[in-house]
Amino acid sequence: MAHAYAPGLRVTKQAEITKERILPLKGDVDVKVGDHVNAETIVAQTELPGSVTIVNVIGQLGCEADEVPDLMVKGPGEKVEKDEVIAEGIPLLPFLKFLAGKVKSPIDGVVEKANPVTGQVYLREPPLPVTVKAYIEGKVVEVIPEEGVKVRTTATFIQGIFGVGGETNGVIAVAVDGPSKELKPENIKPEHKGKVVIGGSYVGIQTIRKAIEIGVAGIIAAGMSDRDLKELLGYDLGVAITGHENLGVTIIITEGFGRIDMAHRTFNLLKEREGFKASISGATQIRAGVIRPEIIVPLTKEQLASEVESKVEAKDGVKGGDPVRIIREPNFGKLGKVKRLIPELMKMESETKVRVMEVTLADGTDFVVPRANVEIIED
Amino acid sequence: MFQKNDPNLKVIMATDCGSTTTKAILIEKIGDEYRQTFRGEAPTTVEAPFEDVTKGVLNSISEIEDLSGRKFLDGEKIIHPSNGDGSGCDVYISTSSAGGGLQMMVAGVVKQMTAESAERAALGAGAIVMDVLAINDKRLPHERIELIRRLRPDMILLAGGTDGGDVAKVVDIADQIVAADPKPRLGISYKLPIIFSGNQEAIPIIKENLGEKFALTITSNIRPTLEEENPWEARKKIQDLFEEHVMAQAPGYNKLMEWASAPIMPTPAAVGLIIRTIAEQEGINVIGVDIGGATTDVFSNFTVDGEKIFNRSVSANLGMSYSVSNVMAEAGLDNVMRWASFDIDEEDLRNRIKNKMIRPTTIPHLLDELIIEQGLAREALRLAFEQHKLLAVGLKGIQQQRDIADAFDQESSGGTLIKMMELDLLVGSGGVMSHAPRRAQSMMMLIDAFQPEGTTRLAVDSIFMMPHLGVLTEVHEKAATEVFKKDCIVYLGTCFAPRGEIKFGNRAFTYKLDLDTGETHEGEMQFGEIKLIPYGLNEQGIPLKGTATIHPSRSLDMGYGRGKTVKGEIYGGMVGIVLDARGRQLKFHPDLQERVRQLERWSKAFDAYPERKGGT
Repeated sequence: MAHAYAPGLRVTKQAEITKERILPLKGDVDVKVGDHVNAETIVAQTELPGSVTIVNVIGQLGCEADEVPDLMVKGPGEKVEKDEVIAEGIPLLPFLKFLAGKVKSPIDGVVEKANPVTGQVYLREPPLPVTVKAYIEGKVVEVIPEEGVKVRTTATFIQGIFGVGGETNGVIAVAVDGPSKELKPENIKPEHKGKVVIGGSYVGIQTIRKAIEIGVAGIIAAGMSDRDLKELLGYDLGVAITGHENLGVTIIITEGFGRIDMAHRTFNLLKEREGFKASISGATQIRAGVIRPEIIVPLTKEQLASEVESKVEAKDGVKGGDPVRIIREPNFGKLGKVKRLIPELMKMESETKVRVMEVTLADGTDFVVPRANVEIIED
Repeated sequence: MFQKNDPNLKVIMATDCGSTTTKAILIEKIGDEYRQTFRGEAPTTVEAPFEDVTKGVLNSISEIEDLSGRKFLDGEKIIHPSNGDGSGCDVYISTSSAGGGLQMMVAGVVKQMTAESAERAALGAGAIVMDVLAINDKRLPHERIELIRRLRPDMILLAGGTDGGDVAKVVDIADQIVAADPKPRLGISYKLPIIFSGNQEAIPIIKENLGEKFALTITSNIRPTLEEENPWEARKKIQDLFEEHVMAQAPGYNKLMEWASAPIMPTPAAVGLIIRTIAEQEGINVIGVDIGGATTDVFSNFTVDGEKIFNRSVSANLGMSYSVSNVMAEAGLDNVMRWASFDIDEEDLRNRIKNKMIRPTTIPHLLDELIIEQGLAREALRLAFEQHKLLAVGLKGIQQQRDIADAFDQESSGGTLIKMMELDLLVGSGGVMSHAPRRAQSMMMLIDAFQPEGTTRLAVDSIFMMPHLGVLTEVHEKAATEVFKKDCIVYLGTCFAPRGEIKFGNRAFTYKLDLDTGETHEGEMQFGEIKLIPYGLNEQGIPLKGTATIHPSRSLDMGYGRGKTVKGEIYGGMVGIVLDARGRQLKFHPDLQERVRQLERWSKAFDAYPERKGGT
């Protein structure tokens, strides 16, 4: 039988998710295998050496460079505070000590060394703590010594098609009545502060601005406009590599650009998880080795017991009866079921000759569409 | 194991794994000659849920199975050598550009100095610069390290320090790259390429610190002194390393290597081989282009002072799917919209382009969508060609240096080798070229984007098989040559276009075409007009010939000086002879309605598109 293949994003009620959480520099791992962590738990941390400030002591005391170590009142390793005296000159007569020159520390920090060759004193600012959080609630399953951990959880897992903004988390709040409803500014309420707000078909720039103002952690909607994206980023996004933007909110779109209903399954699943804490990331890289934005909702033991696991496997291809979504004009965004795969090449309105399939749309009409213009959606 | 040029080779299966589509062709020995017989195509499977390039290969071959009614697959394996019962193939070969575009990070010591020089070199080589790292970039070391890890660059260009200057700072940046230990995005075991183009005195320490962990390449200093910039060697290395290390790689690549009977060739190398062969066999100046989903590759072979010089450029982020949004970002929305022969809302156009980017394997169903895609293709080709002209400068092996004032002015660099008046043949390949529903559309795209001057022949790859034939030359030259001549190259015709500009409506040139069929066409072209005279192929499929006499007006040049008459040979083709009096450079009417009418006239002259529904 003829078959077709189509890309698909994961929308899964239950999936086992493992995340690697690694420090940028070597440091200490604060948790051990078997520990339960939540999204905010610091799993590893390190200290970045503070920056060095050089003080020209000979210039200030009018002494020789090799005298400097002896003139230090604070030795190497000693803490100093800003404006605290670190070196003192020798007066001509001992009782004129109050007239002797003094060198004060310009920073809070530690004396690193006094160089007898250059006469300079090196002060180091306090170390900067660098931490890595767990990002998802779950169990530590592996410790990578001095680097970080792997955290595993069973969660509802939804991939978006595109996103902006980095990792964050918050309680899911559904702000619209249905998957075809636009998320409007009036839907964003003060109580959404710190939450992941679920919209329907579309989110516009005014709504995004209001969400940023209120302090919403994340927005999930089916579509947005590229013009709004440009306004938000301040530039035209050329290649889809995102996730490092500092917008004040993470945005994930699940279906595409423009106004488009959110897939019912996605919306219903998110609605089912309302009130649960979700970890989300807008990071997207659309290139070989693709990264899609993600919504991870870790499940409790009670839920795992009450819900039947729906195991998802990579499908081999599209077959008759499979639910699909049209992903290009005309009928962009509409859902349907594969009626049949037509083996012969067919000429489209553009005169392009392609392999096609017949899809029965939700309203009952049949529509012939290039196989490349559908995507499989999970039942 | 097969033998090179084995006369007993009968069935060859060849695939090209593009970033978006995987194309399979079947070549068979029929009688004494090799012919391409069947073709299959399927989306490249580098994305979830498959994440294995070989799935797309199997899918494209299974299309050939459907069409030919023969068996080439045994489950998840290609049957080769053949079983003798008609199933399977004798050899399986492949090219790949599935890895897609090139996204780099660049690093230098001072952001406004060496880091900026590195950024310019990377941009000049066609890369997207994901971020610029420098000691004074106001980031802390761990922030830089985190950024390198998160962005997963394909390559890093490390500059820093003038020759003989400070070594410590560039070593510091290098150490941060080592600490980041960036993982390649394709998740396979290859070393990340790093090009060091900094202070030459730092080379021993750089080698010691980076040499083991990375695929380190050393070039001359990109900024040897504060006043000089020397990007050429670094640019060249970026292009070479991209092709060798990044472009062909994709999830499942190792399995593909095991399947193939010969080493997998990067797609641009394979197409370049074909373009070079055409130029050398015919003794002509050729430009070839392969426009893909993520990249657009331009090739040129020109004779300069008696020496044949071949140049290849890979515009790593200009393409029709993964990179389509970047075409819009680089060309500008106005330049994209100017090709639409209908009124389209800006927001709608933007969303359509972004949707193509996030779902790269879709194809235009509606006519308007096809017109938009072909407009984007013109811009991608135009930009890629501009980049090629910048790279195809100077004589090979001669390194040029520019002072820093010139570095900001690309035009002032030592003149391009590409002389459009001297171009004999322009060849187009890639999905949007080979699969255009009408050949006239391909011819228009090539003329509009490259704007050939004087007399130029045009051709297109019939069903997009130049990459396959490129790798086939390494296996069986006779098969590659025969299939190229009989099944691959489609001559579209000849374009006559004078260089220069005069007032619209004034006489641009008079022409007399004496065709070998006995017909004569004579007439006058007004400036701004374009005309197509159908003149095709003979019964053997060889282009018909004739003689053209073109007399340009005194301000226009057909190659022998302003107003000088040109008499030369013409070749017909699938489309015909194009008399293009639109001027060089092409001018668009500033008024929207007038521009739409202008585009309609151009399209009508070529009968390029069917009538649009509900409009002109």
